[in-house]
Formats: sequence, C-alpha cells, structure tokens
Amino acid sequence: MATLSLRQLTKTYEKTEVLHGIDLSIEDGEFVVFVGPSGCGKSTTLRLIAGLEEATSGDIEIAGRVVNNLEPKERDIAMVFQNYAIYPHMTVRKNIGFGLRTAKMSRADKEARIDEVAAILDMTELLSRKPSQLSGGQRQRVAIGRAMVRDPAVFLFDEPLSNLDAQLRTQMRLEIKKLHQRVGNTIVFVTHDQVEAMTMADRIVIMKDGHIQQVGTPDEVYHAPANTFVAQFIGAPSMNMLQGVGAEGGISLPSGIQFRGPLAPNGVPLVLGVRPDDLHLDDGEPLVEGQVAVREPLGHETLIYVTTQGGEIIAKADGRRPPDVGETVRLRARPDRVHIFDAATGQAIR
Amino acid sequence: MAVVEEIRASSEALLSAKAPRKPANMGQIIRWLLLFGGGILMVMPIAYMISTSLKWPHEVYNVNLIPVEPTIENYTFVLEDGRFYGWFINSIIIATITTICNLLFDSLVGYTLCKFRFPGRYIIFIAILSTLMIPTEMLVIPWYLMSQQFGWLDTYWGIMFPGLMTAFGTFLMKQFFETVPDDFIEAARIDGLNELQIWWTVAMPLVKPALAALAIFVFLGNWTAFIWPLIVTNSVEMYTLPVGLSGFGDEADVAWELIMTGAAISTIPTLIVFLIFQRFIIRGVVMAGLKG
Ligand SMILES: Nc1ncnc2c1ncn2[C@@H]1O[C@H](COP(=O)(O)OP(=O)(O)OP(=O)(O)O)[C@@H](O)[C@H]1O
Ligand SMILES: [Mg+2]
Repeated sequence: MATLSLRQLTKTYEKTEVLHGIDLSIEDGEFVVFVGPSGCGKSTTLRLIAGLEEATSGDIEIAGRVVNNLEPKERDIAMVFQNYAIYPHMTVRKNIGFGLRTAKMSRADKEARIDEVAAILDMTELLSRKPSQLSGGQRQRVAIGRAMVRDPAVFLFDEPLSNLDAQLRTQMRLEIKKLHQRVGNTIVFVTHDQVEAMTMADRIVIMKDGHIQQVGTPDEVYHAPANTFVAQFIGAPSMNMLQGVGAEGGISLPSGIQFRGPLAPNGVPLVLGVRPDDLHLDDGEPLVEGQVAVREPLGHETLIYVTTQGGEIIAKADGRRPPDVGETVRLRARPDRVHIFDAATGQAIR
Repeated sequence: MAVVEEIRASSEALLSAKAPRKPANMGQIIRWLLLFGGGILMVMPIAYMISTSLKWPHEVYNVNLIPVEPTIENYTFVLEDGRFYGWFINSIIIATITTICNLLFDSLVGYTLCKFRFPGRYIIFIAILSTLMIPTEMLVIPWYLMSQQFGWLDTYWGIMFPGLMTAFGTFLMKQFFETVPDDFIEAARIDGLNELQIWWTVAMPLVKPALAALAIFVFLGNWTAFIWPLIVTNSVEMYTLPVGLSGFGDEADVAWELIMTGAAISTIPTLIVFLIFQRFIIRGVVMAGLKG
C-alpha cells in the first residue's frame, strides 16, 4: 500500500505532446478513477505510472520513492488490461501464479497464495481450467487475480470492464469495489464510462486533451463542476446549457427571463447550466418555457425534450402524469442548483 | 477424421444417387473428377518410386506399374550396404540440428523485428527479405570458398551453416508474432520477466502452429537438399542421403531400382516429422477458431 504522486508529468510521442503537465496526489488506499473521452491520455498516464512508457518530463513517486528510472517490476505495481492479457496456453492456476514467477518464495507458499487469491475471487473450482473454458467475467477475474497475487502497492486498471456486457459490468463494478474495501490497496482505475467513475471512485480525475479538468469526489464533480466540460461529461442525460449575459444581480437569458443568482459581471457572456433532474414543472416564475417535443418514458420518470428559445432542453417529469407532446411547459430550478460558467473560458463562476 | 467423414458422406451420396434429383450435382461430379485427376498426378511419382524399388534391374525401364516379378532384393541390398546407414544418420543429424536452429533463430529475429522499436528496424527487415531473391545456385560458390578458407569442407558444420537461419522462416515468424497481443508482453514485463523469458514463456507457445509449419518446411528442405551437400562433401562417409543415393550404380549405368529403394526408405522420417508436427498445426487452427 502506498501513496502515488505525479508532478508536472508530460509525455510526447514523436513531436506531439499528449500529456501536458499532470499534477496529482493520491492517498494511500484511495480508489481513484481517471475518466475522459477517447484519446484524452488516460491510458498514457497509466502506462507512465506502470513504467511501460517513459515520461518525457516530470516525476512519478510511489510510496515516497521517485520511480522514473525503475523498470515496471521494480515499481511494485500490478496492472489489469482491457483485453485481460491472460495467457490462453496456461491454466487459471498458472495464470494467477504468473505474477509470482520471479518472487522469492517457496513453492508451497506460492501455491498457498494462489489458493488464497482464488478463494477471495471465488474461483477455486476453476483453477485447473484453460481461459478458453471461461466466460468473459471469469476471465476478467483471473486477470484481477493475477494482479492481486503479488499484493502490489498500487493496482492499475485500464478499462477492465469495457469488453463485458452491461449486466456483467455492473456486477464486476461492485465486485471490484468490494475487493478494494477488503484488500485496501491504492487503485488507479481508467474508464471512459462516467457511471463507472461515479459509482466506484473515492475521487475522480476528469481529463480532456491531456489536461486534468477537475479532481474531486463524485459529489464534488457532480454538484460543483469546475467547468462546462466537466458539467456536461458527468451525469446522464447531460447538463442543459443556456447562453446568457450577465445582468444586474444575475443573468438575462435570450427569452427575456432574468435569472437571479450569483453575482455576475455586467454584460459578460455567460453560460447557465442546469441538470435535467433539477428542472421541475412549476407554474411559478420559470427559468425556461417551451413546448414538449418528445417524451421518453423510463418508468419511474419521463424524460421530456422541450423546445425553447435558447435551444432544446431536457427535463425530468413525473412518470405517472407527464405533460403531453405539444403542451407548453414552464420549468423551474432552485437557484442553488443552477451553475454559472464564463462563456469565454468555460470556468465555473461561484 | 472430419475430412474422412465429409468425403464419405459425399461419395456415398454420389454412389447412391442413381437418378440425380438436382442438375447441380453435375458440377460436383466435375469437381470430384478434377480432384481425382489431381490426386492421381500427385500419387504417381510415389507409386512409381515404390514400384521401381520392387523391380529387377532389367525391368526398370518398363513403364508398367505392377512389377512382373516383384522382389525385395533391392531392400536387402540397400540395407545390407553399410554406407546407407551412415548417410541416413548424417541426414538425420543435419536436418534435426538445422531445424532446431531455425526454430530458435528465426523466431528470435522475427520476434525482435516484430515487437521492438529500434532505429533501422525496417531496413534490417527488408535486407533479410531481399536475400530470398538470391537463388542457392548463385550462393554455392561463395559458400564453397568460405568453407575452404575456414576449413569447413567435408564437415557437418560446412553442410549446415548456410541453412541455420532462413529469411523465409524469419519472415514467417515475424508475421505470426504480429498476432500476439502487445498486452500479453507488457503484462509479463510488469510481472517481472526479462525479455528472453517473455519470448520463451509467453510468445513462443502462442505461435506453435507457425513453429510446426516451419519445422516441417526446414526439415524437409534439408532432408532433400542436394546441390550444396554434394559440393561441400568429399568423402563418402560425409554424404547425406540424397547425395549418397545418387551415387548408386556405376559410370555406365544408374541403378534406378536401388536409388528408388533408398528414396522409399528415406521418406519414412519425413512422414514421421510431418505426422508429429501436423497435429500442432491442426490444433492451432482449432484453437484460433474457438477464440475468434
Ligand atoms: N504509441 C503512440 N504513438 C503516438 N501517439 C500515441 C501513442 N499512444 C497513444 N498516442 C496518442 O496519445 C493520445 C492519448 O492516448 P491514450 O491511449 O492515452 O488515450 P485514452 O484516453 O486511453 O483513450 P481511450 O479511451 O480511447 O483508451 C492519443 O491522441 C493517441 O493518439
Ligand atoms: Mg485507453
């Protein structure tokens, strides 16, 4: 178990810089999830931590020790790959034991350790099978077992669940979380699925184009997004964005509605963000007004797509008595649930 | 077995179909006739080899397939001639060592070219490939001069050295290593294996079908090699089987019946090699199918 810190980490492939100075401190035993769109540099960061790629500049510190010049095996890390990387020509027992090949342990100790890990992962009866005789979820568990067996300081996961179907993914998500609570090692987990990030992480690192956008607990990134990118990336359906201009004591929207909220500079273009969950049908003074264009019933609630002067807005309505298509609705949000961003920089204004 | 079943099914269908219901069967009959003709063509030389080995010398130039007076005299002669065993052993040693060396060296070089990024990698690969375009006949003289300088004439090493690594094998292995995912290699690297261990324990087992194919190619190639062993050997004891067999008979007359007898015996090891390694190839194909 260990802390992990990245300091001004950059990575350049040929001539293009793909990571531009990553700064991050991870506590001992923390479960950190990197999330971001494809190509934002999540895997690259993970591979730098693992030592599979060399950092162009900056420092990587594991357990207080700068590991930049150490081989992967000397860094005390283990990695689980998206395609499992378990060997088809070896049994499950051999695969799990593979991580111990170079360990200085007696044979009996190794066997005992493999059995222990297999028991934790509930796959004792699968030990003599070959990977081709396992289901996708079981293969993933073998891959995790292989990483666990050495009890590394830091676990690295690179999109380990993306090859599984939705149901299995939900199940494995829970299993990994339980496993973390049980073994307590530091975990860095990469995904592009924001639900995975929200459900598993102690802290989420949101990345885009090689920059960290925000680091925070799931609560923080959901309720206090640092910029428009984070605001729209986290949460589904994503946050509604309305263009507006700073006015005396609030924002004036194109519809002529004045929203009284945090003090915004006069005349500055702003973006007002509000989540579908926070918009309610209400006859009081509305935030937006428009016609219902489409309804998407989800059972307990109904998503309504409302055409307004400021563009299309998504809101959630009661599942039992949703408004009809074509009906004009007035939507309202509590002032403390509205997020204001600078239109030019995208940064949140609080 | 599956093939046998398939053939049996279709041939039974052919035999029992007195009045073909579908005219499309015509196409199938033609296809079978073509395959049958091809099969006959392939089998003829082997049939003649065996037939000739069972004939008396005076009957050899008779084209009939069934010997008039079959005899196993040729076999007893060849097997009682002490030289045959020596040549046989020579060929076995040379083909085996060369095959092992090719499996190791071709796959090491192929693996390196495939999985490591280093400057000049592409040029080295092209250089190796380009040697495929030079025919053996052109290389024989430089090889001979080299062997003479180094004192390798008339030695096992002299016979073997040109073939210990082949461009074809390197190319084949490189292509097959492309199918080994990089994740497998990186996972092993994280688990602390060095590059040689990764090559041996992770990459090599995954390309077994290619290794089997390469083993068959190289073994057969060396087993039947003629020109270079003929040139580099002087003493009868160093001859390989093909070189030795070609020498049966005297200046006036080539003893075809003895050559064919030796050839018939010498196909046995090639059959064994093929049967051993062919299993890996088939299993490899099956495994790949299951994964896909
Ligand atoms: N070996 C490489 N050579 C050149 N460019 C690379 C290399 N590996 C990655 N890149 C580039 O670096 C950037 C970040 O890639 P990375 O694999 O880290 O993205 P990612 O966030 O993991 O995306 P994904 O969600 O698709 O896995 C991409 O623009 C990619 O094209
Ligand atoms: Mg990735």
